[in-house]
Amino acid sequence: MDAEEVYRDEFPVRGGDFANAGIAARRIKQLLKDMGLDPQTVRRAAIVSYEAEMNVIMYAWEARIALAVSPREVHITVDDRGPGIPDVEQAMTEGYSTATAEMRELGFGAGMGLPNIKKNADVFTIDSAAGRGTRLDIVIRTNGHRT
Amino acid sequence: MIVLKDVLALLEGELLTPACPLETAFQKVFASDLMSDVLTSAEPGSLLLTGLSNTHVVRTCSVADLAAVVFVQGKRPAAEVVDQARSENLPLIVTKMPMFEACFRIAGLVEDGKRGR
Repeated sequence: MDAEEVYRDEFPVRGGDFANAGIAARRIKQLLKDMGLDPQTVRRAAIVSYEAEMNVIMYAWEARIALAVSPREVHITVDDRGPGIPDVEQAMTEGYSTATAEMRELGFGAGMGLPNIKKNADVFTIDSAAGRGTRLDIVIRTNGHRT
Repeated sequence: MIVLKDVLALLEGELLTPACPLETAFQKVFASDLMSDVLTSAEPGSLLLTGLSNTHVVRTCSVADLAAVVFVQGKRPAAEVVDQARSENLPLIVTKMPMFEACFRIAGLVEDGKRGR
């Protein structure tokens, strides 16, 4: 890939669409794998995408996951239309969750999603307010090598 | 190293994905019903033991690079879940043992491996 070249793609996610949960994350994972990124970067990006996708499905109405891959980093942006998060600091606390029983039965909603996204990111920013929706900005730095 | 065929025998399990190689090996084991915990803490290449049997288990394993799944307590996944695992070459085992018993037996396997038995 040329030094200036950036691969871009977008993946729509619909709130409540549990049947298709994980499709965006798996497409992102396959794309990064096909680009020859190192397995650890691919795994981190896949986990971040999946956690973000599940959050949209569980809590928002719809979102767009934007992927931008440059030689040095994977940039994932999640922009949702939804109720927003009234207290971001609280939502970032491990174990804090507003998940319903149905979400928990599926194995999610343990209050680990946002902290896990942060853990797997080199740069993580969250911008949210009640009634406005949520925007996540995630950067994962690659080791610069491709196979 | 833990090998799939030993897990199958020890847990008196049934392999739901017969095409998957029985020599598949794992270095780590993770047990949880919470896919959130799997995404947070399981290491790639691990064997997962879980009491959850929905499609999100296979999706989570695919995203987080887990190597195989044991469904405990006879929690047999639906055909579509098995089909999905087959298409991803993810071995699935079902055992009637409860989670504690299954973990206890696999822990013995891990200890034996450490002692070179």
